[in-house]
Amino acid sequence: MEALKEELKNKIITTLNLEDITLEDIHDNDPLFGDGLGLDSIDALELIVILDKDYGIKLVDPKEGKTIFQSIETMAAYIQANRTK
Amino acid sequence: MTPKKTYIHDYCTIENNEIVLNGTSIFKAEPTTFGDFSKQAYRNFDIQYPKFFKMDALSKLAFLGAELLLSPITSSEKENNIALILANNSSSLDTDVKYQESISDKENYFPSPAVFVYTLPNICLGEISIRHQLKSENSFFIFDAFNTEFMSHYANILLDSDKADSVLCGWVEFFDDNYKAFLCTISKEENTKYKNQTIKTLYNK
Amino acid sequence: MTREIYITQTNCITPLGFDVVSNIEAIKGGNTGIQLHENTSLMPISFYAAIISDEKINGAFEKISTDKKYSRLEKMMILALEPIVKKSQITLDSKVAFVLSTTKGNVTALIPNSEEGFQNAHLDVLAKNVADFFGFTTQPIVVSNACVSGVLAISVAKRMIQSGLYDHAFVVAGDEVSEFVLSGFNAFQAMSDLPCKPYSENRTGVSLGEATAAVLISAEAKNAQIKIIGDSSINDANHISGPSRTGEGLFRSIQNALKEAQIQPEKLDYISAHGTATPFNDEMEAIALNRLGLQNIPINSLKGYYGHTLGASGLLETVIAIESVNQNILFESKGFDEIGVSESIHVIRKNENKNIDLFLKTASGFGGCNTAVVFEKVKS
Repeated sequence: MEALKEELKNKIITTLNLEDITLEDIHDNDPLFGDGLGLDSIDALELIVILDKDYGIKLVDPKEGKTIFQSIETMAAYIQANRTK
Repeated sequence: MTPKKTYIHDYCTIENNEIVLNGTSIFKAEPTTFGDFSKQAYRNFDIQYPKFFKMDALSKLAFLGAELLLSPITSSEKENNIALILANNSSSLDTDVKYQESISDKENYFPSPAVFVYTLPNICLGEISIRHQLKSENSFFIFDAFNTEFMSHYANILLDSDKADSVLCGWVEFFDDNYKAFLCTISKEENTKYKNQTIKTLYNK
Repeated sequence: MTREIYITQTNCITPLGFDVVSNIEAIKGGNTGIQLHENTSLMPISFYAAIISDEKINGAFEKISTDKKYSRLEKMMILALEPIVKKSQITLDSKVAFVLSTTKGNVTALIPNSEEGFQNAHLDVLAKNVADFFGFTTQPIVVSNACVSGVLAISVAKRMIQSGLYDHAFVVAGDEVSEFVLSGFNAFQAMSDLPCKPYSENRTGVSLGEATAAVLISAEAKNAQIKIIGDSSINDANHISGPSRTGEGLFRSIQNALKEAQIQPEKLDYISAHGTATPFNDEMEAIALNRLGLQNIPINSLKGYYGHTLGASGLLETVIAIESVNQNILFESKGFDEIGVSESIHVIRKNENKNIDLFLKTASGFGGCNTAVVFEKVKS
C-alpha cells in the first residue's frame, strides 16, 4: 500500500506537471482538489485516464471520481480493491 | 466615424533563446529547447504562477510575452479592457501532432484531456485572460505570414469603436521547437516613443 | 455615419441537405442528422453523430469540378460557397474579403499515412485552396477561435466592412467529425450516449456533427435579408475548458452587442443559442440570460438537428435563424423535454409562427470565449 501511494504521488507530479511540488509535499490525507494540492477539473479527467491506462480500471460514471480522488489515501484504497493490472 | 490616431506603447520579441523588451535584451539563455528556455525565463522573472507548467508550448510563449507587457499596466482592483488579438501560421499544430500520436496506436489508445484542450490556438488567449483578469474582446487568426496590416487595422477598429481601451496584438508562432513571438500594446493614449514605427517595422527589427 | 452591414446571401451543406431550402424542410419535418454510428476508424465504441456521406459530397462536387486535389472538407466548403459567389456576380477585387472559420480544418491530414500531405493540416493552406478555387484576390483571413469561430467570423467581417477596408466579405465556416475530435470530447467525458438533449433535465453531453455554411456580408443593401446591428466577443477569464459559473463572458458579450444595437433586451423576438447539451454549458447560458432579463424570450439550440458542428455551428445556426426570420417561424429546440437548468428559460417546444424582427445569436467555447451578435430584419 505504501509503495502504491508513493507511485501515485510520483505519477501525479509528473503527469499533471506539478513543478515545484515534491513527494514530501503531498500528504496521504491532504485533499487533492480545492485548497489542498489545487488540482482542477482537467486534472480530474487526467486521473481517470491514469486509472484506465495504468491500473485497468474504467470508471463507468465520472462522478465517482469525486469520492475516489479525495486524497492519495482514498485513491490508493480504490485502486488496491479494483485494479485489473 | 473619423479614426483617431493610435499609438504603440510597448513591444516584446521572443526568439532564439532571448527576450527583447522595447528593443533591449532583458533575458538570454544558452542555446536549449523551448521547454527549458521558458522555464529559465519563468524563474528569471520570478513569476509565481504554477499553472504555467501545465500549459503547452504555444500558451507558454504567448503567456511570457503578455506577462512582460501586461503586468506593469493591469491591476486586480480595476477593469482592464485590454483586447487580445493574436495570430500565427501553425495554429496549435505542435500540440495537435502530439495528441494525434496518443490516438494513433490502437493498442495503446489513451487520449489525454489535458493535451486535447490545447489543440485550439485560442487557448493561449484564455490563459492570458485568466492571468490578467481580462474580460475583454479576444480573437485568434491564422495567416501564412504575419499580416501586420490586417492586425494593426483590426486593433484600430476595436479602439475606434470603443470595444477596447487598449489592444495587445501580435504574432505567436510555435512548431517543433521553432518559435517567434512578437507582441505589442496599442492604445489611443499618445505616446511618442515609437512615433515613426509601425507593427511591421518593429516586427522586422 | 457608421456603415450599415447586411447579410445578402446564405447557404449550407449539412446531413439534412445541400441547400438552405432542403435544410428548412427537414427541420420543419422534425428530422435530425444525428444517427448511431459504428465505425472503429473513428471511435472504438459506437457513437451518435451527424455525418454527411462521402458519396453525397463527391456526387455534388463532381457537378461543379472534376479536380481531384481537394480534401473532403475543402469540397464541403467549396460547395457551400459556390452558389453564392456565382449568384452575387461580384468581381473578386481588393474590396472583397474572404473569411474562413474553422476549429480543426484538415486535421485528418495528421493521420499517419494520410492521403493528404501534412502541409494540408495548416489552416492557411486550407484557406488558400478554397480561395484559389474562386479566385479571391485578397489574402484569406482565417478565424480559429474554438466553438465561437463561426459567429465570430460574422463579427470580424462586419467590423472590417464597417471600417471601410472592404465592401463585401464572403464568409465560410466548416468542420468535420474526425477521430481527433471524437476522442477528445470523449476523453472530456462530454459525449452524450443518446442524441444530444440541449437544456433538458437528463442531458449528458454533446453529439458531434459536421457541416459547412457560407454567407455574403455586404455594405450594399441590395437583396439584403438581414442587418447586423451589434456584436461583441468577451472572454470569461475563468477557466480554459469550463464555462464561467456566472456566465460572465456571455453576459457581457450580449450586453455589449445589445448596447451597440441600441436595443432593449425585451425587444428581442428570438435567441438562437449555443446549447451544446453539456451540463455546465447549458446551465451557464441560463444564468447569463436571466441576468440580462432574457428568460422569457423564445430560445432554441439547433444542436438536436445538426449536433455540435464546432467552428461551423455559429454560422450554420445563423443561416437557419435568418430563415426563421424570413418565414416568420420559430423552430422547435429538438431533443428538449423537461427543463434541466436551474434558472427558467423559454425553450421552444414546437414549431410556431411568430413575426421576428430582432434576434440574437450566441456561442461559447473552450478558452473561455463567448460571442453575441444581434440581427434585424430588413423591411422591404
